[in-house]
Amino acid sequence: MCTTCGCGTDQVTIDGKAHSHGHDHDHHPDHEHGHGHHGHDHGPAHSHAAGVGADRAVAVEAAILAKNDAEANANRRGFTANGILALNLVSSPGSGKTTLLVETIRRLAGDFPIAVIEGDQQTSNDADRIRATGAKAVQINTGKGCHLDAHMVGHALEALAPAQDSVLMIENVGNLVCPSAFDLGEAHKVVVLSVTEGEDKPLKYPDMFAAADLMILNKCDLLPHLEFDAGLCEANARRVNPSIQVLRVSATKGDGLDAWLDWVKGAARVARSRRIRGAVGTGCGASCTCA
Amino acid sequence: MHEMSIAESVLGIVEETARREGFARVKEVRLEIGRLAAVETEALRFCFDAVVRGSVAEGARLAIDETPGTAWCFGCSATVPLQSRGDLCPRCGGAQLQVNGGTEMRVKDLLGT
Repeated sequence: MCTTCGCGTDQVTIDGKAHSHGHDHDHHPDHEHGHGHHGHDHGPAHSHAAGVGADRAVAVEAAILAKNDAEANANRRGFTANGILALNLVSSPGSGKTTLLVETIRRLAGDFPIAVIEGDQQTSNDADRIRATGAKAVQINTGKGCHLDAHMVGHALEALAPAQDSVLMIENVGNLVCPSAFDLGEAHKVVVLSVTEGEDKPLKYPDMFAAADLMILNKCDLLPHLEFDAGLCEANARRVNPSIQVLRVSATKGDGLDAWLDWVKGAARVARSRRIRGAVGTGCGASCTCA
Repeated sequence: MHEMSIAESVLGIVEETARREGFARVKEVRLEIGRLAAVETEALRFCFDAVVRGSVAEGARLAIDETPGTAWCFGCSATVPLQSRGDLCPRCGGAQLQVNGGTEMRVKDLLGT
């Protein structure tokens, strides 16, 4: 891992390019050397220092994901200062996230600018679908990585430069496990679950449903053909997260989309009013309802 | 497999601490991982051993203190133990539970020389 900027992998690309930094380094495999730990125990200074060779315990007390959380908070401060509503869309692969996004952009195009960060292990297919709507999109390819982190999103934001008072949709890597642990700086995580999956998914993958503020139950037009119990699914989601909101939609047929669009508009109004009130630095977190 | 990212973050903290303390070698790293932190500790051990190769912490022993999960039960109006998310309240059997402990992920301390 690069210890200057924290890049976890050499395989991450943004729109097909290795991402650039303010500081200078190329991500060649040798870059982990030069941290200075080779030869520490050979220097003459060390041999004269008191206590050398004795084991010593030191308290660290550091949050393991502190670095990601700090970068997420930096992203969040940027969103707040610019009135940008950032949503982190998470789901298993194939739940219909991209179709939902395409329909959302199409219907909200007149209300505010929408920009999209797409996360996938490989291909720019999803970003291409978004760009076809006219919206700005940046594709992050995580290589072997199973989730987006705040650092990748920070670099994608440099390329994307979302407009003031816009909506930023971050479509995470399709994975119901890993993305739950990584704050990207978003206002809300939105978990998309399609009715062709099991109604017990919230119980099987509880961390994601616990981390989300809203669950979108997608592909509801298929319910008459399935033995999926939507009520049970909602009850399971509330069992791991009593405060989760639920919307039933069909992104392809349009059912229930108005309620989702109203939810986005309401959250965007909150983001804009925070900018206007200059709420940066007042300690209002993502879950604050003071606006 | 986000345990690999977590192991890399642990190594980052260990390397920074070792530099600050002037350690030539780190022999043991102790973590605190909550039961509800969404971390598979065996996977984390595997990833840790892989990422520390060639670093100041190569071969270091990884000690993991697991802290218990707890939740606020709206039915009992009390904090109750929780083995895993989605479990019912062990006191009243209710499902209205908000996790309030056991999500910690910290590097507690390390032993170096």
